[in-house]
Amino acid sequence: MTEGSTEPGATGHKSAAGPLLRRLFRRPAAIAALVLVVPPIVAGVLAGQIAPGNPKAQAYPTFRPPSGEFLMGTDNEGRAMLAMVVHGLSTSLVTVVAVVAISAVIGVTVGALSGYRGGVVDSLLMRIVDMVQAVPSFFLAIVAFAVLGSGQDKLIILLGLTSWTPLARVVRAQVLSVKRREFVQAARSLGSSGIRTVLRHVLPNVVPAVAVLLPLLASRVVLIEAGLAFLGLGDPNRLSLGYLISNAQPHLQYYWWMSVFPGLVLTSLVLGFNLLGDACNDLLIRASGGSVLIDRASPARSRGPRVDGAAGSIEVSAAID
Amino acid sequence: MARRAVSRCPLPSTDPVGTQPLLAVRDLRVRFRTAEGFVQAAAGVSYDLFGGEVLGIVGESGSGKTVSAMAILGLLPATAEVTGEIVYRGQDLLDLPTEELRQVRGRRIAMVFQDALAALNPLHRVGSQIAEAITTHQHDVGRRELRDRTVQLLADVGIPNAASAARRYPHEFSGGMRQRAVIAMAMANDPEVIIADEPTTALDVTTQAQVLEVLETMRRRTGSAMVLITHNLGVVTGVADRVLVMYAGKVVESGAIGQVFGEPAHPYTLGLIGSMPHLEQEGGRLRRIAGHPPSLIHVPRGCAFHPRCPYAQVPAPCAIEVPALRTATGPGHQSACHLTGALPPQPTG
Repeated sequence: MTEGSTEPGATGHKSAAGPLLRRLFRRPAAIAALVLVVPPIVAGVLAGQIAPGNPKAQAYPTFRPPSGEFLMGTDNEGRAMLAMVVHGLSTSLVTVVAVVAISAVIGVTVGALSGYRGGVVDSLLMRIVDMVQAVPSFFLAIVAFAVLGSGQDKLIILLGLTSWTPLARVVRAQVLSVKRREFVQAARSLGSSGIRTVLRHVLPNVVPAVAVLLPLLASRVVLIEAGLAFLGLGDPNRLSLGYLISNAQPHLQYYWWMSVFPGLVLTSLVLGFNLLGDACNDLLIRASGGSVLIDRASPARSRGPRVDGAAGSIEVSAAID
Repeated sequence: MARRAVSRCPLPSTDPVGTQPLLAVRDLRVRFRTAEGFVQAAAGVSYDLFGGEVLGIVGESGSGKTVSAMAILGLLPATAEVTGEIVYRGQDLLDLPTEELRQVRGRRIAMVFQDALAALNPLHRVGSQIAEAITTHQHDVGRRELRDRTVQLLADVGIPNAASAARRYPHEFSGGMRQRAVIAMAMANDPEVIIADEPTTALDVTTQAQVLEVLETMRRRTGSAMVLITHNLGVVTGVADRVLVMYAGKVVESGAIGQVFGEPAHPYTLGLIGSMPHLEQEGGRLRRIAGHPPSLIHVPRGCAFHPRCPYAQVPAPCAIEVPALRTATGPGHQSACHLTGALPPQPTG
């Protein structure tokens, strides 16, 4: 304890979210994460303003290097790389937001239900988690798109329905520990109903753990979306960073800008999300003495005694990376 | 379910205070299944709580005080097996469906917890937690009224600048203030019964007295009855009307304060009183009860206290037969000791 020890809230008990966020963004890793993540996000959100019109229109000379006129150059079909990169980013972001939202809703619901109710409900839900987790989503996506044809909506649904399992595990483990805390008992002793107790007393105390996982999930989604597009399984109607990189492959030797810009942007986004998750995790260790990625995750799996720590860490990070 | 229909009378009984118990606990048994065997935390506890009275429950840690109190509100973990009867206003709370039990919790029977810092959610402002206690049972309270009542409750329990205190977080409160806030939460719906589980244990001595006084003032104002669980005999003698002494999950002695502390009839009670520090005794060591409280998995045969009892007649009857509660010095005074009435005179006086 160095910086936070003067605050009364630093002694093991987290105070409100405000100070916690402020402490988060005092960390170098968090600042680096923001520097990496925010510009691509802004560019993706403002894609329509930055590059109006159809980014795929073959309106320019081919293979122009970066210049004042074409900041990222043009490609083999005479399309402006800048316009395509920002629209590709926008595809990434839409996918990320939708998948993360679906996963968060399913994962938090399943985890909370499982952890709070326990018993048969818990066993049943956790077996479902096991089954879903056993499905390799990337390959499932390849197979599904090969059969059904690809599309962004299909990708979102598919990833949304398969990516929530680490969240459910971590939320369950956290709920198990929070629900034993006395204020939960106190709320129940005052007549608070189950749902109300969970929503008001249990889940808010689980938020930090979820905050660690969401950026990590986001980076994974970015990679999968780009990966599928790279393999030619992206949405044919939308631009993707993966498609751009794949399209640049034959020209790698002479026209570096075609692959470097989409690659840099993709790296920046993924690295930024990962750093953000790590920074949240570091802060969580400091604030409450427990890391989501290490010890907290493993009780989620086993009921009996078991050697914790490394095993849980591998389990969760394997699920995410 | 025609059989149930008789016992269901949710209407407040017209029974005047005093003749019929408000809360009657009968043969309450609680055990927990563990890897080493069953832990018998409460082994047949019975008592009555009458309207407006304070019943003290004393005993060492692990004597089943807290467990038997938590059982009243059904707050024990799912691993607990609870049998017996807990009759509140003619209804057995153990038979009550969850939703109906929820209506009793906080509104009819409220609990004051030991560790106020742990009993308050660190993420919510104190005022909003008290307001929550109100809105849980009263849905039609307007926003302004809610705020006023919250601030009033905080002021009632003696928190200065209640309006600004309501906007602060639990970690910004001192220990005494937190305990006061917890009392305010418990009193938010004017409960008929307050269960106070070691309400002063986590506080330092000077604050203890103040908090106890606040609790007693609030209780008198609403006319609630209170079950006061503590291991501090001083706290009990100051506040309680009657007292229940528990050992190894059983009631070993019960009676009015004067009876139990004036003419203790059970050797364990004698030991507890004897081990209280006295200011007038200079020098010397504190007296203690020899031995340790028994494991609740392997409770000694016969009287659970016999291995530590200076008067035990071993083997018979103390190590063979479980002593029943019987009348000791007068009406209402009971003791579960084979030697009741036959104990040698006490050296203390």
